[in-house]
Amino acid sequence: MTVHETTTATAGPKKARQDARGTKVRRRRVRAAWLFLTPMLVVLALVAGWPLLRTIWFSFTDASLSQMGSANFIGVENYLVYDEGWYGLLADPLWWQSVWNTLFFTVISVGLETVLGVIVALVLNAKFRGRMVVRAAMLIPWAIPTIVSAKMWAWMLNDQFGILNHMLMGLGIISAPLAWTADADLSMWAVIIVDVWKATPFVALLVLAALQMLPSDCYEAARVDGISPVRVFFKVTLPLIAPALMVAVIFRALDALRVFDVIYVLTSNASSTMTMSIYARQQLVEFQDVGYGSAASTLLFLIIALFTIVYLYLGRRQLGGEQ
Amino acid sequence: MTLTHLKRAVLKLGFWLMVITLVVYATFPFYYAVVTSLKPSSEMFKVGYWIDSVDWSNYVAVLSQKAFVQSIANSVIVALSVVAIALLLGLTAAYALGRVRFKGRTRVMMLVLGVSMFPQVAVLSGLFEVIRVLDLYNSPGGLILSYTIFTLPFTVWVLTTFMRQLPDELEEAAIMDGASPWVTLTKVFMPLLWPAMATTGLLAFIAAWNEFLFALTFTLTDSERTVPVAIALISGGSQYELPWGPIMAASVIVTVPLVILVLIFQRRIVSGLTAGAVKG
Amino acid sequence: MASVQLERVSKRFGSTHVIDEVSLSIDHGEFVVFVGPSGCGKSTLLRLIAGLESISDGDLMIGDKRVNELSPQERGVGMVFQSYALYPHMSVYENMAFGLKLGKASSESVAERVKETARILQLEALLERKPKALSGGQRQRVAMGRAIAREPDILLFDEPLSNLDASLRVQMRNEIARLHGRLGSTIVYVTHDQVEAMTLADKIVVLNKGHIEQVGSPRTLYERPASKFVASFIGSPSMNFLEGTCRSTDARETRVELKALGEVVLPYGVDSNAVGSPITLGIRPEHLTPVQATGSDAFEVINVEYLGNECCVYVDSDAEQFLTCRVEADTSIARNDTVSLRIDTAQAHLFDEHGQALVRAQDSA
Ligand SMILES: Nc1ncnc2c1ncn2[C@@H]1O[C@H](COP(=O)(O)OP(=O)(O)OP(=O)(O)O)[C@@H](O)[C@H]1O
Ligand SMILES: [Mg+2]
Repeated sequence: MTVHETTTATAGPKKARQDARGTKVRRRRVRAAWLFLTPMLVVLALVAGWPLLRTIWFSFTDASLSQMGSANFIGVENYLVYDEGWYGLLADPLWWQSVWNTLFFTVISVGLETVLGVIVALVLNAKFRGRMVVRAAMLIPWAIPTIVSAKMWAWMLNDQFGILNHMLMGLGIISAPLAWTADADLSMWAVIIVDVWKATPFVALLVLAALQMLPSDCYEAARVDGISPVRVFFKVTLPLIAPALMVAVIFRALDALRVFDVIYVLTSNASSTMTMSIYARQQLVEFQDVGYGSAASTLLFLIIALFTIVYLYLGRRQLGGEQ
Repeated sequence: MTLTHLKRAVLKLGFWLMVITLVVYATFPFYYAVVTSLKPSSEMFKVGYWIDSVDWSNYVAVLSQKAFVQSIANSVIVALSVVAIALLLGLTAAYALGRVRFKGRTRVMMLVLGVSMFPQVAVLSGLFEVIRVLDLYNSPGGLILSYTIFTLPFTVWVLTTFMRQLPDELEEAAIMDGASPWVTLTKVFMPLLWPAMATTGLLAFIAAWNEFLFALTFTLTDSERTVPVAIALISGGSQYELPWGPIMAASVIVTVPLVILVLIFQRRIVSGLTAGAVKG
Repeated sequence: MASVQLERVSKRFGSTHVIDEVSLSIDHGEFVVFVGPSGCGKSTLLRLIAGLESISDGDLMIGDKRVNELSPQERGVGMVFQSYALYPHMSVYENMAFGLKLGKASSESVAERVKETARILQLEALLERKPKALSGGQRQRVAMGRAIAREPDILLFDEPLSNLDASLRVQMRNEIARLHGRLGSTIVYVTHDQVEAMTLADKIVVLNKGHIEQVGSPRTLYERPASKFVASFIGSPSMNFLEGTCRSTDARETRVELKALGEVVLPYGVDSNAVGSPITLGIRPEHLTPVQATGSDAFEVINVEYLGNECCVYVDSDAEQFLTCRVEADTSIARNDTVSLRIDTAQAHLFDEHGQALVRAQDSA
């Protein structure tokens, strides 16, 4: 009623209202849009939103896998508690080791994938016979299930019968077989080798797509000026593909921060390769300590959320700048 | 003169060496898995680079295990159902996000993008509870539900970019014809989006086929497992005696269909990957 | 009755006013053409009538019903798009039947309507083809067929011919005219092309920056433009303008002092307020005649364009632009000649300093 009164009282609000409501067609479309979004939103709430909230809640309880319903609130004890010495996640050296491992793995593997990915993309961008065949070959590592690629590499890296040791010894690079997956100093590198093998094609494809959208005239200008190809790459190409490369790097980094499968198969729960995901799942499922495991999950989520927010913020700014 | 010729020849040689190295690097592990899987168990521990003789015994061993065959069936059921659900929900959502201007659209887009970046472990305990409450633990249903967390945002995102590329006037023509949004979507847009749907469906299929963490956590018995879990859990007498022959045979069995799909649809896959990533 | 009435209709996108309080009435069965420079809001106005854009302010009436809130289908309008926007995956038949089927018509009546429409537009042989397999003109006809199949009372066209080549355009123009005669429906038509506007329209609406400059028959617009804008927009080559001052006016004649051509006496009176103020005299090329120079007021001929049926003579005057004259094709005037200019004073137009036409005394009487 009051709304009605105000609209008749002055012309201003009436105009605004009419504008906002639009025609019946428009309103019907907006209503349909929300109706169309509802199933997706419900499903996402069910599999992502609600579980996330529950995980965060569990991290403040003593829930165990067998009795999740009857958990007691215990404050931040899962994170940190003093009971004649510090206990809890933040006081667990293994947790900190897995944080360190995760970061180490992320930086090294994503760094290698980026460099190799760009090189591969540059090769694939050149015009030569059989380019499609090579591109198809590059897709194979990407298509193979992570578990399978981990198993294949585990076999190749096998200390006694692995072909890699055989090759390296044949070439005289090493004198005795290396225990790639068992040796604490080597196992992280074994994981990185496998991950780089599997993920480089992804980076390469994104960079290749960006390369193929580059205008060819600036290259011709550079060629006419007689600038060396290396300089052209760093001065012209790299800045132009930087946005696409950035996207690829961020996608890969997000994947690497939550790495699980490769490590689970290659080195299982060994502490030298334990990552945050491995740590959290071990607590949750194998030790059945849902509260403590959820605390680890929550911290992992926070780290990735921070990363995502920075990315979205930068991405939005970039979008805003373009328009 | 000869110096520049020489230089060019060396460059060309270097380039081709690089190409060959790349191809070998990319394909060798798979090739070696095939080589290994075709060896009789007596020769398993002799390193060899070539396929000398073809011995199917590893394949016979794997395929005669009921649980493994069952796990292939499970994987197919789960992956196909996930694709169907993701496409259905993704298509309607993509219509809303791609073609209708409404308040809160950007926020929904951000939400979808945010969910696609979720670490799966972060929802593990909460999802475990949801699945148990819904009585889906240790069943394909639980996996189908949980896999939407990574297939749906991706599908929505890619389909939205494709949806935006359709001309506005086409939709306006449909409006003039009196078509409701649902009719516009199903009768006008969907037939035009088949290629995009095939691409996203394929990518979703691969993602679901390859998933491991949820499959490992939300299933318990051999009969409910998917292929990646089945392979990861193949074990021999002791930890040091893994049956590599059958493992490689199983690996080849689950990978060959994927590799064939990827080779057939490589153009589509590349466009789908870039639409999902670059536009984001 | 499908008359259309716009009452102070406005459209804003955010804070930009694209259509500003436009009022217009269109009679049943009338063929109305919107013209105006690019970006003036022609398409927007058409889309407001169609129901594809929401009206920010004002009323839109169809018949005697206010339809601001109604969907296109409820308004009974059909539209033909510039890019045709045919459904690429449907055959010609399905394209035309789509709207009918959605209107819940029985399948026999759908088939009958489509057949009838196809016959009117000579599409019978193409019914099974996909749009891909059609020529530009055929697609255009299918787009029209789709719009008229549901027998809307009002047909809207947004630059429907701009994607066609010149000869096809002439042909389609005639078909549209024939179609209008045959269907008798109200047509609102947007175009860039003056010839289309002049030949098709019962009534032309000249738009400029979101408001109406003038509404009238092609003849009115050509012979009595209400403003300098309309005068320069309608007619090709466009009208010549000469700066000057109004010296005197009475009921029968007006004396004007032009900077370039000296004093001119026009055989009609205008509002006496104009006396002493700066004015612009407008004269169409066909009413400006060059003659071999005799006196001192001689100008140089810059160029002579031979167009077959006529010639255009461009003359350098002291005015800002060249003056354009339209003469017989067999004119003896050549480049670099010096000429003096004769104005057909009865056909000259006067505009005040704001660009508004000074109304002739006998017109306003
Ligand atoms: N959706 C929109 N949002 C903001 N501004 C718009 C929108 N649609 C049109 N405009 C603006 O409204 C003005 C009129 O546009 P409109 O398309 O009606 O012009 P037009 O007369 O049809 O031009 P043309 O002859 O080039 O087709 C333009 O300045 C345009 O930029
Ligand atoms: Mg327009």
